[in-house]
Amino acid sequence: MEIEAEKIGYPLEEVDQAEGKAIEELKARSQQPIPDPDRWLEEEVRRNIFITSIDAFLDWGRRYSVWPVNFGLACCAFEMIATAASRFDISRFGMEIFRPSPRQADLMIVAGTLTWKMAPTLRRIYDQMAEPKWVVAMGACAISGGTFSSSYSVVPGVNHIVPVDVYVPGCPPRPEALLHGLIMLHKKIGKQSPLGEAIRELKSLTREETKKRIEEYRGRMRQVLGRGI
Amino acid sequence: MTTPLKAPEVTQEIARHFPEAIVEVEEKAILVQSSTLLQVAQFLKTTPGLDFDYLTYVAAVDYLDYFEVVYHLISIEHNHSLVLKVRCYDRENPVLPSVVSLWRGADFQEREVYDLMGISFSGHPNLKRIFLWEGFLGHPLRRDYL
Repeated sequence: MEIEAEKIGYPLEEVDQAEGKAIEELKARSQQPIPDPDRWLEEEVRRNIFITSIDAFLDWGRRYSVWPVNFGLACCAFEMIATAASRFDISRFGMEIFRPSPRQADLMIVAGTLTWKMAPTLRRIYDQMAEPKWVVAMGACAISGGTFSSSYSVVPGVNHIVPVDVYVPGCPPRPEALLHGLIMLHKKIGKQSPLGEAIRELKSLTREETKKRIEEYRGRMRQVLGRGI
Repeated sequence: MTTPLKAPEVTQEIARHFPEAIVEVEEKAILVQSSTLLQVAQFLKTTPGLDFDYLTYVAAVDYLDYFEVVYHLISIEHNHSLVLKVRCYDRENPVLPSVVSLWRGADFQEREVYDLMGISFSGHPNLKRIFLWEGFLGHPLRRDYL
């Protein structure tokens, strides 16, 4: 019935303590909400003619092939499931299946109440998603904690943990509302300039900075591969 | 439909074996001494005719003067139910005997009570927080928690 300590290699109390410590640390450093990503606002102004057509093509491709990751936390999840099922049919907007793995997804629909105990997991799944990635906060709890915003265990809005692109209000929002939110996200993706961003960033780097950047990437890869899954 | 047993009748049977155990009898619930909880629970589980083989849930109530822990028992064989209660007057360090040895289902329930109400259960195999994380201060379902 109980998991034996030898089987996983370290004592269970240590696992609990490490988990508690991680939660406390995350809670301490996420007291302020992360500002919403709004770079696309200036992108519209800064976009130059030369790369616009390539950007438009990339955006078109990205927009109609968004892969959502499965992140149902509470009652909102059922509206999300209804959205995915035949009656409302999320595949009309280019999202066929909810992926169980963050590695294959670029959109996270946070549907439901996020507790502090779940928060590190949410952050980890977000970190595991490949760039470019977007987040939709679905329902009152995901937006601000909802009725539980002053609770001892609930995160007052998922934007304390991850940057949020689109907020879908409601308690829970109807599938139409979620679909509307996804259309808004499509519009937002359409305004991004993937090539422009990359080129501008690389151009702005000095030689030293480029070297440093490459070393940084190498270090990160070593960290990821060395640690395993 | 599960029929609730009349508490006074069951009480007589318990009182025959454990005269000091009964504190109070309500219509559908029996309040017993916490020191005799395990014996009474064992009696209710094993006595033919009662056979309370299933513990539906364990709840805890904070009355400020004392904590009350409520056990809802069901017999699958006879399809009847009973409510058993114990009180705990110590607010600083409340301890009650664990019934996990009788009903395995009490494991998570008692952990929940421990987590949110701060009542320890002696004899529990794995008493630690279940909903909140290790390092959380206080027990949030207590009425004086703020």
